[in-house]
Amino acid sequence: MLSEEIKREIESYIREHCPTPRGASIEALMVLQRHRGWLSDESIRELAAYLEMSPDELDGVATFYNHLFRKPVGRHVIWICDSVSCWIMGYEGLLEHMQGRLGINPGETTPDGRFTLLPIQCLGACHHAPALMIDDDLHEDLTPQKFDEILERYE
Amino acid sequence: MERPLTKNIRDGMEPLHIKDYEKAGGYQAVHKALKTMAPKEIVDLVSAANLRGRGGAGFPTGQKWATVPTDDDGPRPKYLVVDADEMEPGAFKDRILMEGDPHQLIEGLVLGAYAIQADLAIIFLRHEYTKVAKTLTWAIAEAYEQGYLGSNIAGSGFSLQLHLHISAGRYICGEGTAMLNSMQGGRAVPRHRLPHPTIAGLWGKPTNINNAETLCNVPHIVNNGADWFKGLSRCKDGGTKIYGVSGKVKRPGAWELPMGTPIREILEEHAGGMREGVNFRAVIPGGASTEFLAEEHLDVPMDYDSVPKVGSRMGTGTMIVLDDQTCPVGMVHNLEHFFARESCGWCTPCREGLPWAERILKDIEEGRGQPEHLRRLEKLGKDLWLGRTFCPLAPGAVEPLRSALVLFREDFERHIREKRCPWR
Ligand code: SF4
Ligand code: FES
Repeated sequence: MLSEEIKREIESYIREHCPTPRGASIEALMVLQRHRGWLSDESIRELAAYLEMSPDELDGVATFYNHLFRKPVGRHVIWICDSVSCWIMGYEGLLEHMQGRLGINPGETTPDGRFTLLPIQCLGACHHAPALMIDDDLHEDLTPQKFDEILERYE
Repeated sequence: MERPLTKNIRDGMEPLHIKDYEKAGGYQAVHKALKTMAPKEIVDLVSAANLRGRGGAGFPTGQKWATVPTDDDGPRPKYLVVDADEMEPGAFKDRILMEGDPHQLIEGLVLGAYAIQADLAIIFLRHEYTKVAKTLTWAIAEAYEQGYLGSNIAGSGFSLQLHLHISAGRYICGEGTAMLNSMQGGRAVPRHRLPHPTIAGLWGKPTNINNAETLCNVPHIVNNGADWFKGLSRCKDGGTKIYGVSGKVKRPGAWELPMGTPIREILEEHAGGMREGVNFRAVIPGGASTEFLAEEHLDVPMDYDSVPKVGSRMGTGTMIVLDDQTCPVGMVHNLEHFFARESCGWCTPCREGLPWAERILKDIEEGRGQPEHLRRLEKLGKDLWLGRTFCPLAPGAVEPLRSALVLFREDFERHIREKRCPWR
């Protein structure tokens, strides 16, 4: 069941931004994800009914975008930029270090549920490559040492 | 040298709040334009200034605005969409402008919206620009409070609402028609370009889409005139440009310089030349979807007409430098990996062709290359070229590949011959 709070948030977005409920699908999925952490099949079904869409249609949207999660993620998501400037500046070595340090490959979550590691395209920090984001924070000019220090800030 | 776009940006400091922006002359253009100029006068002024779109295609901005229907009983609402998606690898110019001086963009979009008489403006911002999102959120609130947004702006009778739309992230959203589908809550697949979005765009209504940097120029044109704007430039297109350089140069970064500044000058004077121990090999001048240029082309001016003359594109004006210690095959593999992942999957040539190119490049890079692979890559370069796919993503994706096959032929062949990457 969509909580009243979730409904209120989605409803106000539809009112302000969209001629039809389905127009709010991406924002609504983001709202749901903020509350529930990720988008389960059940979440998709509930929301689709609310937006007057078929679950398959909404799933097509949910699986299209990088920041919508159709699988559970850890408490923090580490997005490492694998695009060209970061690649030139040694992203591969950094990633290798990260995989060793976290004990996981891209796409996986640490067993304690603390981190999920995901690749992402250019973060707009190419002049400070290599770069990554943890949740909403950008970290630039990374080295393995710097990465280890940063990690300590995330519980 | 004048730097209108970045003059207020203070390195590492809090972006300008509205009071300081006004003190620095901000929102004067809104007062002037909305009170003393007809919308058509602004369109003509921007045309006379030779402002060309800074998103990559370089289409004349005034000319685009002129295609939006202006008759009083025409379709409503009309939309102005600000493309702040900026997901081209190597490009980071709009982020700098929005993070450093958010009101400049808001002022520019109010003027753009007035010129086409839009009712609603939407900033389409990429998801990862979380700091920009915070900055724009307070700046928009300030602009509403001071009466630069909302109804009856600056007492002129013109009204405009502004929304910030945060994308859920996908490179293809930068294609204008795909962006519209995304804003309507769907997958970001491109639409047929007829009718043009300025006639029937978002929700079927007239929609004008401008890049963020483009709009940031408009207040300065309104304040100082078309001749002043043309005078900033070293070529016939008006204005300055935010150029950027990344890769192994001494000072990677971005600078506002006269439009038409030669590549060499940007690389050597501003980016400081190559780092100790590496030499220049080639550059992709305008972001990931442009052709490689070699040493002999470095004296070309960076503008929309000159770069194509030497076989590449100006694109976003943000260059990525390849040095002699970095494998060119690996670099192209990285680029094609990006494009293959970001293909929207709508049309078969792109959906199937880009992963194919990526796999071949991976094989070559990892020592499994075959001589016939090069012919296959060349063929893919042709099969995904302009007119063969539904939208420009695939042709853009093969621009670096096509040029690499010519420029780095010897390196490709060596990988295949020696069955290994000589750089690893
Ligand atoms: S060229 Fe690629 S991105 Fe463009 S419509 Fe076809 S599949 Fe989608
Ligand atoms: S390529 Fe990594 S931030 Fe741009």
